[in-house]
Amino acid sequence: MSVLIDKFDVFAGGFWLTLQICLLAAIGALILGAIVAVLRISPVPPLRAVGTAYVNMFRNLPLTVVMFFAAFGLPALGSNADFLRIPGLDAIFSRLGTDLPYFRFALIALVLYTAAFVCEALRSGVNAVPAGQAEAARSLGLTFTQNLRYVVLPQSWKASVVPLGSVIIAMIKNSALVGFFGVVGDLSQSADQLTSAEGHAFVPVAIGISIGYLIMTVPLGALLDRIEKRQAVAR
Amino acid sequence: MSQSVLYDVPGPRQRRITLIGSIVATIAVLIGAYFFVYRPLDENGQFSMELWGPLIDPSNENFSLVWERIGIGFGNTLMAAVLAIASSLVVGTLLAVLRIQLKSLTARRFTGMAAPVTYLLRGLSLFLAALTRFCVEVFRGLPVVITIFFVARGFPEFGISLSTLTYLVIGLTIYNSVVIAEILRSGMEGLPGGQREAAAAIGLSPLQTTGLILLPQAFRIMLPALISQLVVVLKDTSLGFIISYEETLNIGKQIIGVLNNPIPVYIVIGVLFIVVNYSLSKLAQYVQGRLARGRKTADTPTAAPPPAIAAALGAQSTAQSGAS
Repeated sequence: MSVLIDKFDVFAGGFWLTLQICLLAAIGALILGAIVAVLRISPVPPLRAVGTAYVNMFRNLPLTVVMFFAAFGLPALGSNADFLRIPGLDAIFSRLGTDLPYFRFALIALVLYTAAFVCEALRSGVNAVPAGQAEAARSLGLTFTQNLRYVVLPQSWKASVVPLGSVIIAMIKNSALVGFFGVVGDLSQSADQLTSAEGHAFVPVAIGISIGYLIMTVPLGALLDRIEKRQAVAR
Repeated sequence: MSQSVLYDVPGPRQRRITLIGSIVATIAVLIGAYFFVYRPLDENGQFSMELWGPLIDPSNENFSLVWERIGIGFGNTLMAAVLAIASSLVVGTLLAVLRIQLKSLTARRFTGMAAPVTYLLRGLSLFLAALTRFCVEVFRGLPVVITIFFVARGFPEFGISLSTLTYLVIGLTIYNSVVIAEILRSGMEGLPGGQREAAAAIGLSPLQTTGLILLPQAFRIMLPALISQLVVVLKDTSLGFIISYEETLNIGKQIIGVLNNPIPVYIVIGVLFIVVNYSLSKLAQYVQGRLARGRKTADTPTAAPPPAIAAALGAQSTAQSGAS
């Protein structure tokens, strides 16, 4: 068990890196997902088609394939994803600014993939608002934007929280894949490094890595359960 | 809420604007794509027949070999998926029944026995319930990649060496059976209480109640969520590449190793996955519609699941587990 104490900094570093990628990907996916959701419910048919195509494509691709596309496609396009080297932000999230682009590639893949699910979660919330609400708003003469802004979205938010939370939990779990795509030092890559290259005992490493992930997923899941129960009572 | 309540049906002027706008936007996107996607790719020679030929040109010497390999890979993917789905359905159902049974056991007071035995039995059932709960929470919270990786790395550690297919199936089963068990359990707990009470009133044992009354209804209500979980399993088999199981992506990597054409190969594999998974999701929708219709004609109360489950359903169909 000594590896847990001796290599504590490796576990802590891996946890911190995984947390970084999860935070950044969650922010990115929420923004992109919201945009796609707006596209999918917009009054303009071509925009709806674009949104639907996006969701169908990314929901049915394995994340692995998306990751491969990011890792092979972007360099072929002559891009190292340098636009993610945002000044200021890369001071906190130091991996954004490194010369090795794999962290940024993994981030892009994770954002693109998760955004499709975020969009569906938001849309399921909009669909949960009773139709009478939007009809009443329309009969008052509110436009599409006003309708969404003042009537539908404030109510849909409640119904979206739980699905959104499960999407984020799934994303945290999906982020384990980045360790196998060249991102050095996150939890999953540390597991590989410690067991195969450095030859530490398997069981303690597995326990340490598992605790790292469970710290992120289990409390979030418990929180969601609570919210869900409270909403079920309120209804 | 249907889409059309949010806005008026566009009139002639709006339709004209939309048409012109989309033509302009399409042209703009095409020009942008030409300069930022086509030109760089073309300069890298990504459109040459050298790279695409083996995949789309039947007269190419490698064509039949490449597609034969992809066929083998897809067969392996499907085999792993089918095995994982079957075993996780079985294990998941057993786990759901076990958890329901243990829950009803903890409520029993074991009267009519000596006091120490009573305490022992109650303690045991509490312990077992807590243990299963713990296992479910742990394996639901772990990424499926990590589970597969641990299985492939851990089993040889204890002197058990199996084929990579078995590792992959075991890893996928551990994760997905727990998820399926939770889906079924929430389905059973969401059923009206009268079902269970009626079963008890006609003298069914708890196990019979679960097996004959609750489980069939839970399967029926949760079928769409179960099917979308199957899509997740199919997508997750692609994780087999980390333990070098010969599935589609791994075959793709081998082809790339020989022909050095990553982008065409991944595009082809991506399209294959989209086609299969999209048809599965369509099947899920069809089944859902079919079930709703079936319940209506049978003149039973509406088949809408209770709100908590509806939320879980929404989460299920949106969460991929994602790859997981």
